[in-house]
Amino acid sequence: MTNLVELKNLTFSHGTHPVYDGLSLAVPKGKMVAVMGPSGIGKTTLLRLVGGQLKPESGSIKVAGQEVSELKRNDLYELRKRMSMLFQSGALFTDMSVYENVAFPLREHTDLPEQIIRSVVLMKLEAVGLRGARHLMPSELSGGMARRAALARAIALDPDLILYDEPFAGQDPISMAVIVKLIKSLNESLGLTSIVVSHDVKEVLSIADYAYVIADKKVVGQGTPDELRHNDTAIIQQFLNGAPDGPVAFHYSDDDFTTDLLRGEG
Amino acid sequence: MESRKTQLWVGVFVVVGILALAFIALRAASGNMTTSGDSYTLYAKFDNIGSLKVRSPVKVGGVVIGRVTDISLSGDYYEPKVAMSISKDYDQLSETSTLSVLTSGLLGEQYLGLQPGFIDESVDTLEDGDTITDTKSALVLENLIGQFLFSQGND
Amino acid sequence: MIQFIQSIGQRVLDSVAGIGYALAMLLGAIIGKPQPRKSWPLFIKQMYVVGVLSMLIVIVSGLFIGMVLGLQGYTILVDYGAEQSLGPMVALSLLRELGPVVTGLLFAGRAGSALTAEIGLMKATEQLSSLEMMAVDPLRRVIAPRFWAGLISMPLLALMFSAVGIYGGYLVGSGWLGVDEGAFWSVMQSAVDWQEDLLNGIIKSIVFAFVVTWIALYKGYRSVPTSAGISAATTSTVVTASLAILGLDFILTAIMFGG
Repeated sequence: MTNLVELKNLTFSHGTHPVYDGLSLAVPKGKMVAVMGPSGIGKTTLLRLVGGQLKPESGSIKVAGQEVSELKRNDLYELRKRMSMLFQSGALFTDMSVYENVAFPLREHTDLPEQIIRSVVLMKLEAVGLRGARHLMPSELSGGMARRAALARAIALDPDLILYDEPFAGQDPISMAVIVKLIKSLNESLGLTSIVVSHDVKEVLSIADYAYVIADKKVVGQGTPDELRHNDTAIIQQFLNGAPDGPVAFHYSDDDFTTDLLRGEG
Repeated sequence: MESRKTQLWVGVFVVVGILALAFIALRAASGNMTTSGDSYTLYAKFDNIGSLKVRSPVKVGGVVIGRVTDISLSGDYYEPKVAMSISKDYDQLSETSTLSVLTSGLLGEQYLGLQPGFIDESVDTLEDGDTITDTKSALVLENLIGQFLFSQGND
Repeated sequence: MIQFIQSIGQRVLDSVAGIGYALAMLLGAIIGKPQPRKSWPLFIKQMYVVGVLSMLIVIVSGLFIGMVLGLQGYTILVDYGAEQSLGPMVALSLLRELGPVVTGLLFAGRAGSALTAEIGLMKATEQLSSLEMMAVDPLRRVIAPRFWAGLISMPLLALMFSAVGIYGGYLVGSGWLGVDEGAFWSVMQSAVDWQEDLLNGIIKSIVFAFVVTWIALYKGYRSVPTSAGISAATTSTVVTASLAILGLDFILTAIMFGG
């Protein structure tokens, strides 16, 4: 099994704040890989690194065999045509209708006649169940619908790789279930490779083929969903079961509370 | 048809902008002879040019035919020398034309008044680069008053 | 004390870096293979947003300012019996100064702030990132059409402002205060030179258009993608652009009319 995406010994910092230190993970072709971890550990950063929007300090990021951070601009853009990213907010273009949003990548990167674009757009919208909403503007959509419309746009060019940034966050149970089902069926029917970044453990584990748990700047556990559930490591159990305190501390790291109180200033 | 309406409005916008330019160019600004159209250059020497300036008009009987383009001192005696750009429409001016520094109104600006001379076989027309020799200088108020007082004193 | 000097040094470095970034942004946006088929509709749309939507405020302001100039000018000039010079006074002050400057200020407030807010919002809602991930350069796609639209529409707006202002001065001066209509126009014509006054005024408005649009786009593109960040960027656009216009106006006036 070849890996479509491979990260090795990745180090990255936001300014002086280290985000990753020696992170490695691999995404096999045609599989759905979940990357889980508590909020604020830079899961979105990971996707931006894979997409080439950020450059790592050291280590390698290979997508389809190419070292992303060393690609020339044109090659990077060529590579990006083969991948899509579903943003947390959907990131639909607010000045275009749903139809135009889905047609956008087709119009930008292909010279297809209008008739074919229309067929493709309607097909993608049908797949996410929004064919009837094609004339609405993004501001008229609910959060769940906006994310489905964004998903239709993400698959418009039939990419090889889709990066999902928190696809389930902030959704009501019903639309969450809809999106889980959509992602799963799209992945199976189109044979996509997917990276899902999320902290919604139950949903992600129900659809992922393989999962990584990231904490403290590196991978702390990995395996198939079943393997993870039976993993005895304290940090993984804390994360999977949602215990408030454990190896992932409830407190933002600081000195001992008593000494801090006695010190008496800021 | 949102985009059709947009296009229409942008069209209106550009047309209004061009109309504004045309209005200003035609109604407010003059199609100036020194800057547009063909012209030729004449020179003239004066004893005193008063407060004549570059861009002051050159008029024949009140009609503007050109403008002063340069003022300098020339020759061993530092005579004021004026260069004028005259419209090619008026290229039959006689050599015997006279030029005087005049004032429009009591407080107005100074300009050059050209009095065309006669033309016959013995007299040529002024060509590009020629110098008008017959000139009258500006009236300087102090000199006038001085002359007036002097003549009063003689009575 | 050392800290103070350090902080000044830091600020200078920051602003130099900012100018560098802004230049890189602009060059990235306007240099490259033109794609008329894709860019033209975007440009037209921005001409609408930036130009057409600013037209009303510019024309109304121009009319009022021209009328005020007519009134004020008349009351002063009539003391010297020089009310015939009302035409040139109105026309020259509009063409040389008020047209470009006031239009620039209005443009910064109306279109500049809107550009900054729009781009800031596109950044905050990840639309710019999303374009990048779709292999579409946001500089070419978002910044470039807005830049050209601003650069072209503002001089047109300044011309409208001056034209309407002159007409407003004429309405008040000739229609109301009784300056002779023929004298108003003819004295104006002989005093206004199309190169010295009209052309210089247009050059000024092009310079202002460039600066205002550039500042607005840069502030939006560099804004902190939060609601507080966008509102700060919008305010900063109006303040910076207005100061830049007034400062540049002095320099341009000194170069054009000072010597």
